[in-house]
Amino acid sequence: MSVPESRRQLSVPVATVEVVDDSLDAAFIHARGLTKRFGEFTAVDGIDVDVARGEAFGFLGPNGAGKSSTMRMIGCVSPPTEGTLRILGMDPGADGPAIRARLGVVPQQDTLDTELSVRENLLIYGRYFGMSRAAVRAKTDELLDFVQLTDRAKDKVEPLSGGMKRRLTIARSLINDPDILLLDEPTTGLDPQARHSLWDRLFRLKQRGVTLVLTTHYMDEAEQLCDRLVVMDKGRFAAEGSPRELIATYSTREVLELRFGPDEDNNVYADKVEGLVDRVEVLPDRLLLYTDDGDGTTAAVYQRGLLPVSTLVRRSTLEDVFLRLTGRTLVD
Amino acid sequence: MQPDTTAVLRQRHVPGSLDRVGASFGFWAFQYRRTWRGTVVSSVLTPVLFLAAMGIGLGTLVDDGGRLDGAYLLFLAPGLLAATAMQTAGFESMYPVMGAIKWVRTYHAMLATPLGVSDILLGHLLWVVFRVTSSAAIYLAVIALFGAVASPMALLALPAATLCGMAYAAPIFAFSSGYEKPSGFAALERFVIVPMFLFSGTFFPVSQLPDVLQPVAYATPLWHGVELCRALVAGTQTLADALLHIGYLSLWIVAGVTAAMFFFRRRLESTG
Repeated sequence: MSVPESRRQLSVPVATVEVVDDSLDAAFIHARGLTKRFGEFTAVDGIDVDVARGEAFGFLGPNGAGKSSTMRMIGCVSPPTEGTLRILGMDPGADGPAIRARLGVVPQQDTLDTELSVRENLLIYGRYFGMSRAAVRAKTDELLDFVQLTDRAKDKVEPLSGGMKRRLTIARSLINDPDILLLDEPTTGLDPQARHSLWDRLFRLKQRGVTLVLTTHYMDEAEQLCDRLVVMDKGRFAAEGSPRELIATYSTREVLELRFGPDEDNNVYADKVEGLVDRVEVLPDRLLLYTDDGDGTTAAVYQRGLLPVSTLVRRSTLEDVFLRLTGRTLVD
Repeated sequence: MQPDTTAVLRQRHVPGSLDRVGASFGFWAFQYRRTWRGTVVSSVLTPVLFLAAMGIGLGTLVDDGGRLDGAYLLFLAPGLLAATAMQTAGFESMYPVMGAIKWVRTYHAMLATPLGVSDILLGHLLWVVFRVTSSAAIYLAVIALFGAVASPMALLALPAATLCGMAYAAPIFAFSSGYEKPSGFAALERFVIVPMFLFSGTFFPVSQLPDVLQPVAYATPLWHGVELCRALVAGTQTLADALLHIGYLSLWIVAGVTAAMFFFRRRLESTG
């Protein structure tokens, strides 16, 4: 089969050839009743997932929701206890190496070799994919440029900042031009600037047609990157949809946040605002009133003679969706 | 980079299992470039010091006693060859394995690529074969320089030493991958490796041990390695004895690799 020159720019010389039909309509990731148990503990409890080619799909949920276990099954590292799983039309149990040859993985915990240089980390990794030294070298230059680490190429990894290490991990995960990029908590522990820089890189990949699958417990990350997401809690899906759909279905247009004094009992105030809105959430430090008219509700609060220390009207976010679905906040 | 929306159409290279094991081996070889000088120096220095102090220094006293058929140096040198193979194998199979699981997380990085658990394990074990063989080769050369090699059959002592080393490496891989904390290594060193080093026939014949301890010494892989190396270096090895020793050491390797495969899978497939 001949491949047009324009499509070969990022490819590497090949020995074994495996061509996937362009008309592949099956989902890139297809799971039915996917389950993972560790002894008595059920980490993933019979989930169904379909991720289409080119989609950016997210698993949103708190720590321990089963996101990482799901990712490790999709990454063909951890075999499912039960259920069906197909990645790129293949069976992880039988075709693990062939599937992993087409995945890029950004793990939650860095697996960089800190004793090696930035460049060496990419060189050694490319060899695991059976790439020739020349192909890895060329790809390495291109990727270091993409993640803006060209000037640190010869430095050891050890002294790099957390954000730089994450960018290097992303560069490494792209060495094989993956069809699917798996990102497990890609920006956890990074400062805001580093996070935005990383999101920018991921957004570019998405525009290029790379299928992104990520887990996060940050709602802003999910909203920034995901076309579609599932809210995951205790190994199951609590809801599924685009960020906008989820907010429309499970929350109101706006949220009024009321803060009273630090020593006040918010439950008392919850009783006092009863009837103003359909739904009130009591958090330790504030009340959330779900409303379609924030300013109107604010006025109604004052009319009842209540004097909050501060009021804030904001748009609903995925955090509110999660609170509604699970009764808990995402980030403590 | 150019926009690339036709990712699926690209041809894919899936490395075969030999290539995958080779890539795993390749990582350790790549890393060794940083430390090889130190290991070569100690590979030369250790036998020189041991043979000078014990083979010649202590050996003079032993030879005066006249209890051994030949010179003590000839008795000791091949025994040390096997014992050093055991120690090199132990050293390479403890911290590097735990580090690749827990600290540097090298194995986890490899598992995100076409490499699978068995590729990772076999590649790393092959690397240990290389380390044990190369340091044993240096040892054998030093022994020859000390004039303690009696027969060309001694060349076969090299694979024999490797076999002895791997009879330790494989089960220690299993131990290291199943263990949470490095404190187990100190115990393994203190209560297993060092006693074997001292009492498995390296420095004196096992027949000198109390009767109850002799079967224990005969059960250690090291004793079989020592006997094999000693008879090969002296040129007195018979085929029947050789097959017995080789068979016993191979049994440890097969059992060790099987156990290591089990623990590696359990450890690497279930936890992040």
